Amino acid sequence: MKKILSIMVRNRPGVLSHVAGLVTRRGYNVESIAAGPTENNEITRINLVVSGDGPILEQVVKQFRKLVDVIRVDDLTNDEPVTGELALITVRAEGLRRAEALNVINLLGLKLSDIKEDSLTVLVAGTAINVDMAVNGLKPYGILAMARTGLVALSRPPAPSQGS
Amino acid sequence: MKAKSKPSEKKSAAGAARGPERARQTRARAVPRNGAQTIIDFLESVGVEVIFGYPGGAVIPLYDALYDSKIKHVLARHEQGAIHAADGYARSTGKPGVVFATSGPGATNLVTGLATAHMDSVPVLAITGQVSTTSLGSDSFQEADIYGISIPITKYNYLVKDPRSLPGILAEAYRLTAYGRPGPVLIDVPKDIQTTLIDPGNLLPDSVPLRFEPTPTPDLRALEAMVEAISISQRPVLYLGGGATITNTGDDIVKLVEKADMAVVATLQAKGVFPDNHPLCLGLPGMHGSKYANLAISESDLILGLGVRFDDRVVGNVRRFAPLARVVHVDIDPAEIGKRLPVDVAVIGDLGEVLSLALKRLKDNRRPAWRERVADLRASFPMAIPVAGKEIRPQAAIKALSDRCGGKAILVTDVGQHQMWSAQYFEADKPRHFLSSGGLGTMGFGLPAAIGAQMANPGKLVCLVTGDGSFQMNVQELATVTQMGLPIKIMLINNGCLGMVRQWQQFFFNRRYSQTLFDYNPDFVELARVYGLKAERVESPGKVAGAVERLVGGKGAAFLEVRVPRDENVLPMIPAGMGQTDFFETEEGGN
Repeated sequence: MKKILSIMVRNRPGVLSHVAGLVTRRGYNVESIAAGPTENNEITRINLVVSGDGPILEQVVKQFRKLVDVIRVDDLTNDEPVTGELALITVRAEGLRRAEALNVINLLGLKLSDIKEDSLTVLVAGTAINVDMAVNGLKPYGILAMARTGLVALSRPPAPSQGS
Repeated sequence: MKAKSKPSEKKSAAGAARGPERARQTRARAVPRNGAQTIIDFLESVGVEVIFGYPGGAVIPLYDALYDSKIKHVLARHEQGAIHAADGYARSTGKPGVVFATSGPGATNLVTGLATAHMDSVPVLAITGQVSTTSLGSDSFQEADIYGISIPITKYNYLVKDPRSLPGILAEAYRLTAYGRPGPVLIDVPKDIQTTLIDPGNLLPDSVPLRFEPTPTPDLRALEAMVEAISISQRPVLYLGGGATITNTGDDIVKLVEKADMAVVATLQAKGVFPDNHPLCLGLPGMHGSKYANLAISESDLILGLGVRFDDRVVGNVRRFAPLARVVHVDIDPAEIGKRLPVDVAVIGDLGEVLSLALKRLKDNRRPAWRERVADLRASFPMAIPVAGKEIRPQAAIKALSDRCGGKAILVTDVGQHQMWSAQYFEADKPRHFLSSGGLGTMGFGLPAAIGAQMANPGKLVCLVTGDGSFQMNVQELATVTQMGLPIKIMLINNGCLGMVRQWQQFFFNRRYSQTLFDYNPDFVELARVYGLKAERVESPGKVAGAVERLVGGKGAAFLEVRVPRDENVLPMIPAGMGQTDFFETEEGGN
């Protein structure tokens, strides 16, 4: 099972250490973690994708709620949240394969971010599925480097940062 | 906001102050104070009476500010001693214990104490010095990242980087220690923050202040389900934990037990909340609980856990714990519900409130058959002390101490066999009168915790039962006992080995006593005398009562070494991870 959590935290120094520390010391399986400012710059939203069995996932939510800096924890899993992910992928593109790689890039509608003689870097923005598709599509040409942000998610309609 | 409200708090605290005291406080309001003075002012304003600590380079300004204060300071001989003492102070009163330590090694020496307090939910405020903000992160002399180190073993922690945030942090941190489920909070204060003047008119407000919301009222449906579960139960067992001590709900628990004829088991943290000598009190459950306590659990059809963690030392095998019972769990911390054991009914809230609501709804429901069964179990499997031969039985020595104290003492224990024997044979009938490191099991906790308890309760009899292993882990604190003139009574159970581990090696490791036997021990009586205590040793069973009388009856600090055989075991015993009825039987038969 997987859970997509949105954790709103006070933007205090060390808050990420508290969140990350909880994950490691309780042995939770985190697939991705993404943190960034919200519409209120004193509050950070941390999106966490965790996997595990039911009781463990329930514990994860409760333990996060206990952290002093945590303002609220929302489990977005069943809310059909709006999700998005960003990735930068550098793919090998030499000689004849360059045209083929470009073809795939165009086919997937990816944006070129950098062009080198023997490689291309593209920016993928979309859902996790879009990112996975780009990765799979470019894999045959040789992925030289990749950076993924991890999932960010909002419930719809967006919950206010400092709701009740 | 909170920071700005401080002067008014001060005003009310100073309401009755006269003469120089009032003048000093007026001055404090008028003149900007530096960070160190701000800390001391704050601690005075919230009524802190004692600080435990140890100075060092990075807290010289803090100690300088303390020099002018009316707050007493207990100079420990090791920072670990200081924090366990603050912990003992807090456990015996419910008020936050305050500890100071310097940066680097001073701060890291607090680690075990923080973890001890964290595990047993004890309110402790630790204030550590840190290298100046300008040197932070450059591996300066005596620099250690205590903020990072203490994250997993504190309820919350702070590194003060802006002097203008200090007043707000102090107020929030102090309140956090005892708010909801208590725990330790650490504030790391760089030296330059301590020396910088703080202008009360120019503070850094917290943009998203922490809301100290009142504990949510218990869900009525859950409460009704709990009452219903109690009403239909035939064989209810009340399982008390630290939450019962923290909320001081002993009176309501007695009412509940008498209304519903429940059998009672109590963890180390709850010992004394319900009187040990009550016929329905079955004492400690779990690994070293009595057979009757564990058999009652295994026969019961309702386990009502009040402020407990369903700790592995109590539950053993989760799947085999109380197989016939519905489980009702009351706790203030939602994360404790279902953490180890699935429960049938969960009530989240303040135990005091839950109990008073439940008592209103519960009808008298006597269960003579269950009372009789409990009495049967007690009679069939008594906690009998093995008959004394030529040597003293440690259980008998502890029982003698218990008899002499007659419920008047605060008993502090260390960790190991003597701790379990104390839980089994030392009678407590009041909460906060049995102090023991239960969750973390910290050897060396006892002596400093006894110091803290005695500081908090100057007129009270404070006894320590310790072992020859534990005692030497913080033996330096004997100097603190003597310096402060504390009349602590120390009973050292000396079996010349690390008894609990030796016992496991005997039972489960084929008697291979790897590194558990002390081939050398100091002469403890001489050691205690060197530190200024009256001390004696007792080696024969016939002389125990007299020696205990001299220990407890005399004036001032006293020390009694009780020589006991190496091979005495703590029984009964349920091996780790086993079911409630899997008592370990020795060839000696056990009890």
